[in-house]
Amino acid sequence: MELIFSGNSEVYATVYRSLYVTGLGTLLSCLWSIPIATVLGLHSFRSKWLIKGIFTSLIGVPTVALGLLLYLFMSHKGEFGFLHLLYTLNGIAIGQSILVTPLIVSFTASALGAADVQLKDLAKTLGASSFRTNLAIMRETVWSMVLAVSAAFNRGFGELGVAMIVGGNLFQETRVLTTSIALETNLGNFDVAMAYAIILMAVVLTITLAINLVEKLRQENLPWKKMWVLWHPGGD
Amino acid sequence: MEARLQLKNVEKSYGSVKALKDINLEIVGAKTIALLGTNGAGKTTLLRIIAGLEERDKGSILLDGKDTNGKELRQIATLVFQKTVMFNRSVYSNLAYGLKIRGKKDSEIKEEIAQELHTVGLRNFEKRKARKTSGGEQQRIALARAFLLNPQILLLDEPTANLDPYSATIIERAITNRTKGKGIVILATHNLSQAKRLADDVVHIYEGKIVEIAGPEEFFNNPRSEMTRKFINGELDY
Repeated sequence: MELIFSGNSEVYATVYRSLYVTGLGTLLSCLWSIPIATVLGLHSFRSKWLIKGIFTSLIGVPTVALGLLLYLFMSHKGEFGFLHLLYTLNGIAIGQSILVTPLIVSFTASALGAADVQLKDLAKTLGASSFRTNLAIMRETVWSMVLAVSAAFNRGFGELGVAMIVGGNLFQETRVLTTSIALETNLGNFDVAMAYAIILMAVVLTITLAINLVEKLRQENLPWKKMWVLWHPGGD
Repeated sequence: MEARLQLKNVEKSYGSVKALKDINLEIVGAKTIALLGTNGAGKTTLLRIIAGLEERDKGSILLDGKDTNGKELRQIATLVFQKTVMFNRSVYSNLAYGLKIRGKKDSEIKEEIAQELHTVGLRNFEKRKARKTSGGEQQRIALARAFLLNPQILLLDEPTANLDPYSATIIERAITNRTKGKGIVILATHNLSQAKRLADDVVHIYEGKIVEIAGPEEFFNNPRSEMTRKFINGELDY
């Protein structure tokens, strides 16, 4: 507890690095994952079932296996060695963006595919083009996409393999919460490891609960100032 | 010049099932046509094809002599579904959707929506969540949404099914007031007295084929087809 509330600058820096790599990684992944998911979710074509199946099966890819693969590509002699990404935060971010891609694609494509078929017909009969129809469907399923992205963020935030192998767990440079937990556990500093674990869980829970709260307020059509109504629905 | 809608030899199948067989229909001028038939007769399929939401397998649909494809039909026809479909947004946003696609200004949209909601008896409903309104209210919202677009062809698939008499009356009144002399209205219904009240012509579809077309007086009092006579008397097997 002392470590959590001590104001230790290295602790804060570790949390910041974790948020940075996972935030950047998730955002990068969205750039290609959401367009891929849109094609898979809203269009029909022959090999759709196969492509969807591949993405679904890649959700559970072991992070150490991915980390090793990325290490080989990013190392000095690897194809992308010239980019000098190994042992950098950006390298970890790119690794995590690849890690969470199958998750965002699968969940988002499923949400889009499950959208009421009649919504498509509704948009069309009101004069929407194919593009606008797809936009309408995406708007109707935006919260499912937000949940998919938040699940991806949580996956990235809690992963160890990519951060350790690609980042190298360098002190004050690439050390993040998960690699800190692994290091402190190996050193026998269980109290420190537990403190980092609590911080990690607290960040994940806070982000997830915040998203759920926003969704609930939106469903109930309530402004922020009236969020207490969610716990006392009879009063106003 | 009066609008002229012609369906020539239109056919549609779903797998081995022929939903529409050799449909020939001509509607000239601003008219309300009631489409009657048993469940599964092909009424909804016909409406969806005219709305451009389904492709016909054979035949042509001409508007003022010009052959039209699905995309062109969607620009001139609007279908109000039997089961109401609402975007998960406010009533205002649902009503504004089609108008924004057509490039209308926000100020015009606001005024037109307020007026249309008044017409269907839903004043000040703009901010409500559309999906949280009752079935009857949603049907009126769906109608208002279609009316706002002033389509050349308005298609209504059982607009008063499952509604209480009060809501059904409001909807019929809205249809009558809004549509008389303003384009073609095709209304699929099971309600024979509704067809009598609202229609200029009545069409009977049986097993995907048109078996009778006549004015309401002739249709209900002196039908030419035996199928139609049985249908009116509730004797038709399907």
